[in-house]
Amino acid sequence: MPAGWLLLLVLLIAALGYGLGRRRALVSAGGNIRVLHSLPAAYGWNVAMAVLIPSLLVLALWSFAAPRVIGAMVVPLLGAGEGEVSLLMGDVRRVAEGLVRLGVDVSTVAPEGLRERLGEVGIALGQDVSPATLAAAARYDVLAARSDWLMTVLVLAIALGAAAWTIRRTTSALRARNEVERGVLGLLVAAALVAIATTVGIVLALISNTIKFFGLYPATDFFFGTTWSPSFGGGSELGILPLVWGTLYISAISLLVAVPLGLLSAIYLSEYASPRVRAWAKPMLEVLAGIPSIVYGLFALLTVGPALLVVFGDGGLGIMQGGTAVITAGLVMGIMLIPFVSSLSDDIINAVPQAIRDGSLGLGATPSETIRQVVIPAALPGIMGAILLAASRAIGETMIVVLGAGAAARLSLNPFDAMTTITAKIVSQLTGDSDFNSPEALVAFALGMTLFVVTLALNVLALWIVRRYREQYE
Amino acid sequence: MTDLPANGPAGSIPVHRPARSILETDARTRARNRAEARFRAYGLGALLAGLAFLAILLASILWNGLGAFTQTRLALPVELTESELDPEGTRDPAALAKVSTFGYEDLLEAAMARLVAEEGIATELEPGDLADLLSSGAAAQVRDAVLADPSLIGRTVTFDVLAASRVDGYVKGRVTRESLADDRNLSPAHLDVADALIADGDLTRGFNPAFVLGADASEKRPEAAGIGIAMLGSLYMMLVVLGLSLPIGVAASIYLEEFAPKNRFTDFIEVNIANLAAVPSIVFGILGLVAFIQFAGLPTSAPLVGGLVLTLMTLPTIIIVTRASLKAVPPSIRDAALGVGASRMQAVFHHVLPLAIPGIMTGTIIGMARALGETAPLLLIGMVGFVASNPPDGVLDGFVSPNSAMPAQIYEWAKRADPAFYERAWGGIIVLLVFLLLMNLAAVLVRRRFERRW
Repeated sequence: MPAGWLLLLVLLIAALGYGLGRRRALVSAGGNIRVLHSLPAAYGWNVAMAVLIPSLLVLALWSFAAPRVIGAMVVPLLGAGEGEVSLLMGDVRRVAEGLVRLGVDVSTVAPEGLRERLGEVGIALGQDVSPATLAAAARYDVLAARSDWLMTVLVLAIALGAAAWTIRRTTSALRARNEVERGVLGLLVAAALVAIATTVGIVLALISNTIKFFGLYPATDFFFGTTWSPSFGGGSELGILPLVWGTLYISAISLLVAVPLGLLSAIYLSEYASPRVRAWAKPMLEVLAGIPSIVYGLFALLTVGPALLVVFGDGGLGIMQGGTAVITAGLVMGIMLIPFVSSLSDDIINAVPQAIRDGSLGLGATPSETIRQVVIPAALPGIMGAILLAASRAIGETMIVVLGAGAAARLSLNPFDAMTTITAKIVSQLTGDSDFNSPEALVAFALGMTLFVVTLALNVLALWIVRRYREQYE
Repeated sequence: MTDLPANGPAGSIPVHRPARSILETDARTRARNRAEARFRAYGLGALLAGLAFLAILLASILWNGLGAFTQTRLALPVELTESELDPEGTRDPAALAKVSTFGYEDLLEAAMARLVAEEGIATELEPGDLADLLSSGAAAQVRDAVLADPSLIGRTVTFDVLAASRVDGYVKGRVTRESLADDRNLSPAHLDVADALIADGDLTRGFNPAFVLGADASEKRPEAAGIGIAMLGSLYMMLVVLGLSLPIGVAASIYLEEFAPKNRFTDFIEVNIANLAAVPSIVFGILGLVAFIQFAGLPTSAPLVGGLVLTLMTLPTIIIVTRASLKAVPPSIRDAALGVGASRMQAVFHHVLPLAIPGIMTGTIIGMARALGETAPLLLIGMVGFVASNPPDGVLDGFVSPNSAMPAQIYEWAKRADPAFYERAWGGIIVLLVFLLLMNLAAVLVRRRFERRW
């Protein structure tokens, strides 16, 4: 039975169980609701949850595991070497699917002309079906049908068994509400665990592939190599230093733009602007933060780059070769980060107690002296935290550098040169038709790992600084 | 103070300052006031610079992108000769389908030549070259029309065919005669013909719904590319994000805010969520590639996978916002519910949660708006480098059949390095920003309409 129908059936059983459980509780109480421990609905829910949770869990696990187990079982029939198995298994799965669609008897079908017949039912194959593949596919179909049966029987048995057992237990004295609430609490905890699962998933995905990469390419060459020239034919040099340099250079330029502009706007908005200006200018500035980074990327590639080229290119100062350069990406990223810096700083400056300002103004300082000598020093840790968060954003930003910074990895001091970053190279190494077991593709995971560790460290540091010094005034 | 002599100003304080009016500022005060004005001007300047960048960005988007919403078309009468299209005269669809688009190109060339002759336009171009004024998809358009309605054969039908992208660019002012000097696709002589056709009213520029609703086209036909299918892909992804991140996010927030004991474990979850919110989006793309495509075996380029990745990305945002709005519900509500005998679960689900819904909705909409514009993770799960040309076969199929998404489509066009596609990319950004604007407006409206102050 297809998983969809099975799901519907399980839901139906749960609904029936709800009705029966509720009824049984009422009957056992003799129709007197005051005798019941819980509200009647709780008894119904108790049955429904007992049905749904285990059977859906089994259904999900089985659907996930079955294709893998069956695949492993038919692999010996192929008689192929390590490398080909994954390719051949793709064919086997497609042929198996096609045989089901054709509705033929798998024990009698011949490999000749099968490719054309499969093509007619929408299964496109790269090559003719070999006898071994056909045999494996036929076996696959047999096993899949068997597994389907087993799953159906198992899931229905669990659902019906759980329903029967819980309904039997249902009496007026059953603490149904407590049981339901325990179940709900379990679901809530499971939802909270998704956050941990995500982190664990990220770390596992990065670490396992990074280790695989370092098995193929020496770690010292990766961390200290000064050349980045991947070639999928082999003999690549995969030194991270040029990428780190490009990343830091672009981030530094973006911070040079964003920090002064963002900080000064925050100061103006919180200390000088009239409420009317503030109510109008702050959301406008924050629009910049709501614009997706692909828009900034296109802006860098098609507007800022060509504009800079007019001034600094061959027609102007002659120090810029192409529109995509460190300065282009840095400037645009700086614009993107202005609202980020300004809204964080705004919060921090507003958190400085008014009494400190009043004290300074009362001693005769001008507002700007108060800001520079009293408010900013008091807010400094928070502002540092904001700058670190902005730096972490800049290092992890992808679309602007993919489109605006160029593709050449080089160690150069000239901000008008094209350079590239860690994020841009992750994209370029993992897109396209690459073999995921080559060092050229796996290096992306080592780059991702570096990126993850660096941004995580910056974030932890920033949050720590912000949290630690915020307490001072509270 | 006690050191001061008590009697009279003629005491021992040496007075060096010249006597002057307090209303008259001295040099030092003037300098300080100037510094004050300067500092204030810096602040205003920074704010204005930020707003100017916003203005430049928006102007740049509108200036470059609005052109994508109009397209140049040619009203071309085509004689559908029976001898070419249906030599046996059977009108059998199978026989008609045997004539490929190449067969129709001759008809278009003839039609172009006749149009030019009828309008009395003098040109040295051969009929074969004249057809370069048309989109290379024109033959397919005519063929589709004939296959859909075989009775057209033998008649002369006026088709509204797309002009080639360079002709379109010329009409929009993007292409000039100078820029065509070393162009293999079109020559300045073509533009003379185009000018004449414009003067005769055959070549017109009009609104192009196919850009908003249509499918992407191959690299040769920027004039036919649209963002409609990618929009559908984004819609499917947003359905996945909404369907998963809202229940999971709300459940996690309820646990953390209302039930979690204060211990190491819950602290760890909280730190985790705070850090996930700041993990670069590209890292989520790597997670999606490894966990969903390589490990779980889900199909590449599927909106389902994109939706899952974006769900994981938006979860921290939704959790943070939901927790804030749960926290904003005053404890007296909980106390009252508990006081009349509700269990903690009942107090939360019957009283606290309903009151927090406006805040949760606002947060969800804003989180989804961010997910809608996110591009980097989609690159890694293969939603780029792919021509999103066919709508999915069915409603459910839309989740798993390969598709693009709006930001991925924009990136794809930006990568094709053709000014005609750049125009498409800018136009796509307008469409994307309209969606984001609507979502943010909805969030503001929800907040204004339903938010309660306690």
